[in-house]
Amino acid sequence: MNFKLLAKTMAVLILFCVFSTSTFAGQVEVLHWWTSGGEAKSVAILKGLLEKEGHSWKDMAVAGGAGENAMTVLKTRAMAGNPPTAAQVKGPAIQEWAREGLLANLDPVAKKENWDKLVPSVVTDIMKYQGHYVAVPVNVHKINWMWCNPSVFIKAKAKIPTTWAEFETAAKKIKAAGFIPVAFGGQAWQEATVFESVVIGQAGAAFYKKALVDTEPGALNSPQMIKALKTFKMIKKYTDKNAPGRDWNMATSMVIKGEAAMQFMGDWAKGEFTAAGKNPGTDYVAIPAPESAGTYLFNIDSFIMFKQKDKSAQQAQNAMARLILGKKFQEVFNVNKGSIPVRSGIAKASFDDIALRSMDEFAAAAANGTLMPSMAHGMAVYPAVQGAIYDVVTEFYNSDMTAKEAAAKFVTTIAAAK
Amino acid sequence: MNSEYFSNDYQKTPFMLFFRVAVYAVLIIAAIYFLIPLVIMIFTSVKTMNDIRTGNLISFPRQFSLEAWKSAWDTACIGVTCNGIKGYFWNSVKITVPAVSISTIIGAANGYVFSKWKFYGSEVFFSILLLGCFIPFQIILLPMAKMLGMAGLAQTLPGLVLVHIVYGLAFTTLFFRNFYVTIPQELVKAARIDGAGFFRIFFKIMLPVSIPIFVVSIIWQTTQIWNDFLFGVVFSSGDTQPITVALNNLVNTSTGVKKYNVDMAAAIIAALPTMAVYIVAGKYFLRGLTAGSVKG
Amino acid sequence: MTFQTSENLKTKISYMSDRLLPKLVVAPTFVSTIVFVYSFILWTAWISFTKSRLLPRYKLEGLIQYIKLFTNDRWWVASKNLFVFGSLFIIICIITGLLLAIFLDQKIRIEGALRTIFLYPMALSFIVTGTVWKWILNPSIGIAKLMHDMGFLSFHFDWLVNSDMAIYTVVIAGVWQSSGFVMALFLAGLRGIDDSIIKAAQIDGASLPRIYLKIIIPSLRPVFFSALMILCHIAIKSFDLIVALTGGGPGYSSDVPATFMYSFAFTRGRLGLGAASSMVMFGAVLAILIPYLYSELRSRDNE
Repeated sequence: MNFKLLAKTMAVLILFCVFSTSTFAGQVEVLHWWTSGGEAKSVAILKGLLEKEGHSWKDMAVAGGAGENAMTVLKTRAMAGNPPTAAQVKGPAIQEWAREGLLANLDPVAKKENWDKLVPSVVTDIMKYQGHYVAVPVNVHKINWMWCNPSVFIKAKAKIPTTWAEFETAAKKIKAAGFIPVAFGGQAWQEATVFESVVIGQAGAAFYKKALVDTEPGALNSPQMIKALKTFKMIKKYTDKNAPGRDWNMATSMVIKGEAAMQFMGDWAKGEFTAAGKNPGTDYVAIPAPESAGTYLFNIDSFIMFKQKDKSAQQAQNAMARLILGKKFQEVFNVNKGSIPVRSGIAKASFDDIALRSMDEFAAAAANGTLMPSMAHGMAVYPAVQGAIYDVVTEFYNSDMTAKEAAAKFVTTIAAAK
Repeated sequence: MNSEYFSNDYQKTPFMLFFRVAVYAVLIIAAIYFLIPLVIMIFTSVKTMNDIRTGNLISFPRQFSLEAWKSAWDTACIGVTCNGIKGYFWNSVKITVPAVSISTIIGAANGYVFSKWKFYGSEVFFSILLLGCFIPFQIILLPMAKMLGMAGLAQTLPGLVLVHIVYGLAFTTLFFRNFYVTIPQELVKAARIDGAGFFRIFFKIMLPVSIPIFVVSIIWQTTQIWNDFLFGVVFSSGDTQPITVALNNLVNTSTGVKKYNVDMAAAIIAALPTMAVYIVAGKYFLRGLTAGSVKG
Repeated sequence: MTFQTSENLKTKISYMSDRLLPKLVVAPTFVSTIVFVYSFILWTAWISFTKSRLLPRYKLEGLIQYIKLFTNDRWWVASKNLFVFGSLFIIICIITGLLLAIFLDQKIRIEGALRTIFLYPMALSFIVTGTVWKWILNPSIGIAKLMHDMGFLSFHFDWLVNSDMAIYTVVIAGVWQSSGFVMALFLAGLRGIDDSIIKAAQIDGASLPRIYLKIIIPSLRPVFFSALMILCHIAIKSFDLIVALTGGGPGYSSDVPATFMYSFAFTRGRLGLGAASSMVMFGAVLAILIPYLYSELRSRDNE
């Protein structure tokens, strides 16, 4: 009797399992380059959420070179007609992929979840191709931060700068006191990060848009640009000579240890301070890069979704899209990564002061028209143009080229890349 | 050639004594230069993180610890899974073994033809084969991907094995051809007069003397394929990725504290099979080269 | 009668099979070379005449990508670097390899161990080589720091972070990785030399350096050929090492054509330009290699 009952329940259970897997469960294969500690943990949360709904997650992590290898993998897989379910692609590159006709239309999920209401239009515009959602935003990073170690400033009797003139005075004192004023890593993307912070700070958001978003020759080769380039090169005097090739987190740790006074870096640097057990306000200070208060350079990570033939894979894909913008993931992921949620309606309790300030600034900058996409992080221009700007910036920074020559070269190099 | 053939007069002069001391000195200095990186790797892999932070690069470990090795093999996180590099290690074995054996066998047969059964155009074809391997591999990624996609082999283990075989053939063929050239043509002629055919000569005359060149070919191919990153990252996916890809993911973390000891332990584990091949087969390797390289 | 015909037939079949079999055996290699190498080269050539960006486009547009390539400063830096790196790498590897081989050939007691030590770097992957050398050459943690700790305060070594010198660090690491293999090639060559020639020279009273310079080294010519081919191959393909060691930096001062091509074709979505650059690279290689290959293969056939 008992045995029979057991067998029956088993049979029902098995049937149920078979039934449920065949109708709902699918697999998502996700190409990403979030392999480091905090990031990987955050991705694991998404994996867990999907698995709770019965879907499975096939991880396709490709680290290195800020996604350089991942992009190669993605292109070859697209060529093979075998793209993954989702891939970490952001900014204007989303449009390039959509133009190839490979991306899935996410409008049904978006409509059901009301993305248009939850997510600001600055963000949704990037995620849409010809009015249809083809990508899901994950988070918002602010780029133009300056991270300071106040104890170094105190020891050098210097003031934390808010203008570039103050910066130079402070940097001189810090250098004289035997510290490294600016912790810096000489990699093309880090150079570009500092460069764009200088441009938006010194020349303003409107100029930034003309020069580095619309790439107007008149703005690229202009007195403002030459001035910004000179300021950018001035910073080099206050970095140590071992900077080339240094990873950004190694530079951050110089600030943490008190070897260096400040670093210009996006808000992901916070994770390093947190991991080292440092408290904001006392152990370290985060303020906007000089003269850039009120402006907001943003970087939005996102996943593009490829068309799926299989019904169950589509279901899994839709579930993934829904979960990414779900409250749970948005909260946990962004707390881990140091960024802010891309949608509204997230409880603020678990975010720290820096993140809360970033949220307010995001809203304020959006209202004032000073919210600008980051060129250095692939939000402003196509990868080809971004690469061209990188080449000029890095050549200018690492050679004897004058600011005037660099400004002129921007125009020709960008024209050749278009 | 060994200098024992030089007469004793040479050995006894003061010049010769000085010469021998100098030779040993140069060789030992060179050996130190070659060993330093390995020593640094091994030292670092058995240090604790605290030791690494406070000591310098070449200092002897103050605390001997195998934690980093265990972690690298078993628990280090790569992407969202934290099972170390052991799974990827076996993937690499599954890729390397078939790719090396097949490309070596085909190379042996090709080399046999190009040296002993030349036909009209065979020399030209051989040159074409050699030149082809100078195309930068990066550029063939896209057409290769398309081809694999059409064959239904995209992102599969057999697909990756096929890629390795195809691009290894030029070298294996070159090795075997150069080796077989040194075997007198008369031997083949005599065998043919005795009625031996193409395959019989290959199996009975050529193969038995080919062990040294097999070793060369296997060592070369194993090194190339085991250490390959580009094809591995592009033509595999998730759970079929080879160890170099996992190592790259492990080493290239961009946040958190960099665990140099785990990185180094993982790097050594990744290099162990090829190093073992070199050490075990090193002697045959030289013998194979001796036999094969004399005539080019 | 019947016996004879069948025997005849047998010879005929074996004759036919001996003529056909060699071709059949190399046929798969032939096909795969045509398909996977030369058709891909043609494909690349085609793409280099198009405006392909993210993914291939097949509409021909003329020489535009080549014009863009030749007016791109970074390309010229990369080409110059390949020239500097390639020639230094090849020359130093050959000299080091040859010297080590000659020295090892002097009845050295620990020859086996030394040989293994010289050879093992070849077994390592680029990530390992790159990471380790990056440490050693890093001015703040590597050799420079060690020397300072030991009291040599005037010791200066900052090539890795110096735009003008970074490419030479790639030479150092490259030589470290490959010269052992060249050593093995030369050692093998030395072991294969006919002793009677040397004995004859000795009887004639030739000195040791003279014997090496006039007899032994010239007779290693085929080994030079093999070494050169393999080193060329490594130099042109050197991509991994540069990525792991310098990342092409500082700036793009240690960029080489292979890294240039990779970053334009894949990261930046300028596939056409990437294709053009690899065609130029391939063309340059052919221009150097074909005459050399031709003369080498011909002279050997005449021997």
